[in-house]
Amino acid sequence: MDRLSRHIPKIVIAPSFAAILLFVYGFIAWTIYISMTKSRMLPRYDFYGMLQYEKLFSSPRWYVALENLAIYTVLFVAICIILGLFLAILLDQKIRAEGFIRTAILYPMALSFIVTGTAWKWMLNPGLGLEKVMHDWGWSSFAFDWLVKPDMAIYTIVIAGVWQASGFVMALFLAGLRSVNPEIIKAAMVDGIPGFRIYTGIIIPSLRPVFISAIIVLSHLAIKSFDLVIALTAGGPGYATDMPATFMYAMAFNRGQLGQAAASATVMLATVCAVIVPYLYSELRARHD
Amino acid sequence: MVETRGSFKNKLLRWLLLTILGLFVLYYLLPLFVMISTSLKSLAEIRTGSLISLPREITLDAWALAWSGSCTGTECFGMKPYFFNSVIMVIPAVLISTLIGAVNGYTLSKWKFAGSEVIFGLLLFGCFIPFQVILLPMAIVLGKLGLAGTIPGLIMVHVIYGIGFTTLFFRNYYVSVPTELVKAAKIDGAGFFQIFFSIFLPLSTPVFVVTIIWQFTQIWNDFLFGVSFSSAGSQPVTVALNNIVNTSTGVKAYNVDMAAAIIAALPTLVVYVLAGKYFVRGLTAGSVKG
Repeated sequence: MDRLSRHIPKIVIAPSFAAILLFVYGFIAWTIYISMTKSRMLPRYDFYGMLQYEKLFSSPRWYVALENLAIYTVLFVAICIILGLFLAILLDQKIRAEGFIRTAILYPMALSFIVTGTAWKWMLNPGLGLEKVMHDWGWSSFAFDWLVKPDMAIYTIVIAGVWQASGFVMALFLAGLRSVNPEIIKAAMVDGIPGFRIYTGIIIPSLRPVFISAIIVLSHLAIKSFDLVIALTAGGPGYATDMPATFMYAMAFNRGQLGQAAASATVMLATVCAVIVPYLYSELRARHD
Repeated sequence: MVETRGSFKNKLLRWLLLTILGLFVLYYLLPLFVMISTSLKSLAEIRTGSLISLPREITLDAWALAWSGSCTGTECFGMKPYFFNSVIMVIPAVLISTLIGAVNGYTLSKWKFAGSEVIFGLLLFGCFIPFQVILLPMAIVLGKLGLAGTIPGLIMVHVIYGIGFTTLFFRNYYVSVPTELVKAAKIDGAGFFQIFFSIFLPLSTPVFVVTIIWQFTQIWNDFLFGVSFSSAGSQPVTVALNNIVNTSTGVKAYNVDMAAAIIAALPTLVVYVLAGKYFVRGLTAGSVKG
């Protein structure tokens, strides 16, 4: 083979590699550097140390964002997994209409979070939404005004987020259930172990890898959640439903605080790395074994 | 699936099972039903009627307004111009990122060289970063290139940050093609591109479908890049929807909001209904790597 054709694979990859080096890793480096400068409206390049981080972690609004992220992530991941697993087990009982049911449960995943947020904002409207439905049905004391209650609004984001993503978790678990070795289940049934115990004792423990991927994917989605918050509450009332992603956006594009924006983005990146890097590492290593 | 015997108790359990599933189906379909039925009502009926009732009188006024008359800020062109912005953004962005992913995936699976695994790892990690960390420098670079607030700028951003996923899809697909095929073709004197076009491309229809659907859904539904890098006139449909819903002048027109939301959702919903199988495959491939 001549010299040129030996190098073709490298030449083909080179543009993508260069683009990723610049637009992913170069940009990350730039953002981390800016988080250690005094930049406000415009980037400034004189080194300023960790003061932006000190400012960030003394800002009450950032603590609200972190607390919301914690509440949202825990509830969103837990409910999606419980609901997804429950639905997958129900659907795994040779249901005739399985195709239709699966389609109906999974379609929200094809929607934009902006669409989901718009729809739920309307349904959760305190005056005309579900609250009014309950009043019309005679339950006049029913109050469902979480959308406008600062301490409850974060849970409306959980409701809409779970609605959107739980079908996807169901699909993951259903694929996992279908790949459990049927011989093991048959053997357990021959031994007279009741169906419920077969699930809790044999099948669910064997789904460990599915649990891990679901937790990783969902928490990754939660950390990045931005669109849903904007569409449903716009971070309000006040900044009661701010999350790190909306905080960063506000600092970058509305408040002219580039240093704060860069510092909060860097903290987000560190959080995602803490979740993703061990996972990617074990996945890539497992492939070599 | 755990088998159960057909006693009376089991029949009862089966009915219970179907009822529970039915209730869940209603729960997932309810927002779609509410959106459609609200979009077909008049504002007067919305104020007096119930959220979950069918429209007494069907009117398409809200749809006409949402498509070409509702206001985003001061401009009142409806969703139409923004819908077409999204169309002319999504088509090149999907095609370019998919083609680059195909060639990359082929190279990284069948033409490995020293360091190619590291390059793949770096590409893969790029799929998972929170994009907040690249928003500021990207805004500056787009400005320097004269692409700030333009559709070509958005196309460029979507292509760059789509390459990681498209490469991943194609690489994982091509890994299962026997390497002996490549070796045999090389002995016959075929080169890098000849092998790609005559052996790999003809095998690739399923992975192209999965990747195109994945990229289409991601880019059509994107909001973060759209809201950060567009300006009045070049906004994609998701940004326009959010602006229409949040325009505070005048009476809140919930029926128009819902019609606009359906317009924004329609393309990806149609793709999902027509090609759900490939959509799910993309979702699971995008999350469970291996």
